[in-house]
Amino acid sequence: MSAGVKNVFATTVGIIVVGTVIGVVAGFLQKLGNPANMAICVACFGRDIAGAIGLHRAEVVQYLRPEIIGFVLGSFAAALIFKEFKPSGGSAPVIRFFLGMIAMIGALVFLGCPWRVILRLAGGDGNAIFGLLGLVSGVGIGTLFFKGGFSLGRSQVQSTSTGLMLPLMMLGLLALRLLFPPVPGEAQSGVLWYSIKGPGAAYAPLFISLGAGLGIGFLAQRSRFCTMGAIRDALLFRQFYLLYGFVALLVAAFATNIALGQFKPGFDGQPVAHTMWFWNFAGMLMAGLAFALAGGCPGRQLFMSGEGNSDAGVFVLGMLAGAGLAHNFGLASSPQGIGPHGMAAVIVGMAVLVFIGVTNRK
Amino acid sequence: MKQTVDTRGLSCPQPVLLAMQAMRGTGSGAIEVLVDNEASRENVARAAQSQGWSVAVTEMAGGECRLDLAK
Repeated sequence: MSAGVKNVFATTVGIIVVGTVIGVVAGFLQKLGNPANMAICVACFGRDIAGAIGLHRAEVVQYLRPEIIGFVLGSFAAALIFKEFKPSGGSAPVIRFFLGMIAMIGALVFLGCPWRVILRLAGGDGNAIFGLLGLVSGVGIGTLFFKGGFSLGRSQVQSTSTGLMLPLMMLGLLALRLLFPPVPGEAQSGVLWYSIKGPGAAYAPLFISLGAGLGIGFLAQRSRFCTMGAIRDALLFRQFYLLYGFVALLVAAFATNIALGQFKPGFDGQPVAHTMWFWNFAGMLMAGLAFALAGGCPGRQLFMSGEGNSDAGVFVLGMLAGAGLAHNFGLASSPQGIGPHGMAAVIVGMAVLVFIGVTNRK
Repeated sequence: MKQTVDTRGLSCPQPVLLAMQAMRGTGSGAIEVLVDNEASRENVARAAQSQGWSVAVTEMAGGECRLDLAK
């Protein structure tokens, strides 16, 4: 027999340390070139990767973000070292694909994942208050589905190669990034697309981004850091373990922004943000519900895919597909406001989520 | 008879949700919870301890664990 919790990072102090590290690293990544108030947004960076490999042609958001690669590979390394690499999957994969797509579309109506909700708040962007309210509401609706018996079913043990697919894909993307580095003033390098202007053209040096991603991936795997879970567990169980990490990220990012002169309070003219409060709320409501039904925020899905969880891997692939659709179909917002079909996307996406929630009760 | 809650293969938050439902349902006594990953083991143990239940963990084959909850 052994104690219930033996992992030092899975303690209250551990999760606070991890949230703090992510917040400080985010601030410095911004200082070193990443887009303002975005820093390490999982949705935005997934969208940039979708652009880099040509799944959409929105010229200002195309860059193969090394942070995302690092998240999966860092988690993969931690899982291997601590013998937690466990290939599993088969829990309604196609539904998880659609949850990933819808989550990404909702996040791009708001313009950010839950991490960016926090980072935007920490940078002074008041519009993110509505995103946070939407996120909490969406996760809250998700907890009602869980209380009503929602389940996507059990996963099974899978082959080792199944669990290796996402880590290997990330290695492949890293190889592409090394083979085809950005060329100043060029929109293409080999098979990869690069933004010449806009947020896609704002990035920290490759090895700093990759190192930051690897470190965060490692720590997040150990601590189970999850921003959606933070809200869900507080609402569903009155358990605050993950919420400490969420708050630590907010406080650390805020303090780092103050220290680096990156805190600019207000609603208008915030970086890569729009002021349509209802759609900031509704986009994140949809994303929050999709994350809740899938059991993790986009960061957590990346970390779990590094642990060999192919259901999380399918969700990640769904997010990339969703990013492609969001820009190709005009669903994604821009600083000018929501896209031409953003409203329709939220209405249809919410209907699909309710359908999934209602029809998967056990 | 000891109640068994099998959470193997289930993703968050279901292991904790099922364990909490069992704890609330019985109020006190002994409950056996089966988990198949470290995160679920930590989450269920943390939730049980917060409800005043003691937790004893027995590791099983294939990375699975049995958590014996008692109150």
